[in-house]
Amino acid sequence: MVATNVAERVRTRGVIDIKSVSKTYPHPDGSEVLALAKVDLTIAAGEYVSLIGPSGCGKSTLLRLIAGLEKASSGALELDGQVIDGPDADRGLAFQNPFLFPWLNIHNNVAFGLRARRVYHQQKHLVGQFLELVGLGKFGQVYPHHLSGGMAQRASLARALINNPRVLLLDEPLGALDAFTRMTMQDEILRIRAENQITMLMVTHDVDEAIYLSDRVVVMTPGPGQVETVLNIPFPRPRARNNPDFLSLRSQILEILNFAGQVEEPAYHI
Amino acid sequence: MVKSLLLPLYRLKSQPRLWPIRDHLALWAGLLALILELSLRSSGLHPAVERPYFQYFLILTLVYFAGWPLIARSPAQRAKMLNKDNFYAVAFLFLSALNLATSKYTLIPAIFFPTPDRILAVLVEDFNYLILECLFSSGKLLLTGFFSGALAGLITGVAIGFSKPAAYWLNPLIKILGPIPPTAWIPIVLVAFPTTWTGAVFLIALSVWFPTSVMTSSGILNVQNAYFEVSSALGAKRIYQIFLVGIPAAMPLIFTGLFSGACSSFLTLMTAEMVGVKNGIGWYINWQREMLSYANVYAGLIVIAISFYSLITLFFKIRDRVLVWQKGMIKW
Repeated sequence: MVATNVAERVRTRGVIDIKSVSKTYPHPDGSEVLALAKVDLTIAAGEYVSLIGPSGCGKSTLLRLIAGLEKASSGALELDGQVIDGPDADRGLAFQNPFLFPWLNIHNNVAFGLRARRVYHQQKHLVGQFLELVGLGKFGQVYPHHLSGGMAQRASLARALINNPRVLLLDEPLGALDAFTRMTMQDEILRIRAENQITMLMVTHDVDEAIYLSDRVVVMTPGPGQVETVLNIPFPRPRARNNPDFLSLRSQILEILNFAGQVEEPAYHI
Repeated sequence: MVKSLLLPLYRLKSQPRLWPIRDHLALWAGLLALILELSLRSSGLHPAVERPYFQYFLILTLVYFAGWPLIARSPAQRAKMLNKDNFYAVAFLFLSALNLATSKYTLIPAIFFPTPDRILAVLVEDFNYLILECLFSSGKLLLTGFFSGALAGLITGVAIGFSKPAAYWLNPLIKILGPIPPTAWIPIVLVAFPTTWTGAVFLIALSVWFPTSVMTSSGILNVQNAYFEVSSALGAKRIYQIFLVGIPAAMPLIFTGLFSGACSSFLTLMTAEMVGVKNGIGWYINWQREMLSYANVYAGLIVIAISFYSLITLFFKIRDRVLVWQKGMIKW
């Protein structure tokens, strides 16, 4: 049983503080586009938070800011009290496309972070462990183009996790997978999380996925991108996908995003 | 009664034959070439050779073509040989035609088209000079030039790919100097360099440098940025990203650059040897041409063909080893 109550956690590793962060991009016509407007958000250690919203709501931008791939135009981002300044191994990253290095076999892809941090010789036993963790124990010598989409995504998770990051940032990690692989991978992510206790921040388009996986769902709206509502998902894990209580949360989120739709009452009955 | 006497013969016939004509055209074409060579008298218009080298050659190749079905055991090996059989058959027919047109009937000018016998005689009798000295000298020049050009090309290519200032200063240089055919530099190089040998090394290096540099930089600039993002999120610093992301990702294009560099280096090598360097195969061919010893010219061309073919084959073997990760590669 995974501890889902954030308050129960004693560790403070992986706390993200987003303090009135704004981000503007230059527009080709010379003006500036406001992608994120004064976003405030605190994510607790070990929490699973999903960012959801229509395209243009700035959820991916927010993720890239936390990853350090881009700099905020104003405001501050902190990880455990330290200002985030550029990408680093303490924040793991996985995209919708797994972006495995095609010139390295799976073993060396997973070992990349160890080599980059120059600890490969001391810690190479971890490679096998993490391959086992994602169920790719027998695929170390295989090159990425031989893997299926789900396997490649798992390899990319192992590659990010081997650095023992404080935070795992997931940008629509399962978006390219078919529905069944997707559900398997969702459980896989929960299992990996149970074994590693990492703060997880996931961008997704899928309301059901967000509810199934998260402790909190951050609903964002576009023009300019901002946080509309933060919803607590109070259900204990493991959760049942057909839990009827999911439905009301689902319609709540869709309503906020104006996707609930309206069923018009017929004007009269015969 | 008669039938029972002939039974062993029937049995012999029903066994699978080792050399069926349909599958072994090369063997039969080679046999035809040997019969023509032995049965027809030469026209006497060509200088005689000390030994019948063409006969030796045909006998040796026939032994090979008769012998391979006995040696090739695996079906894959057999299929590979059978696949090439038609080609070798036509090659034997061509050699026969050449033999008839030169040695036997002298249908084409004897001075420019020597007999196969005489070309083979040069290869054998001039072996020490042609192969050991000239080929060694050409090889040394080519490899020195190729590797210095490849190294320079990799360095400038990587610099342009990763550094804005390097791109700013080097790109115009490459765009203006690169397209000049290296051999056009010969007048300057001959006076500017202390020896013609160093000058020739420079020219060959130049012909390798340009394509390698262009392909390396465009290879690196075309790497999807996400690979750099992922690697930086894995803790990779700049240097590590250059050597473990940028260069490996650019490898397919780097090999394309090295390949076109290698091809143009062969051209430059030959020209440099014919013009300045008084040594090597290119110089040998030019010298023999001036002496109207066309058998030596052809022998030189054969040596060039074999050695360049071997170099390119080796190159592609290395490339296939390095790029084993790629899907669907271009075959040599």
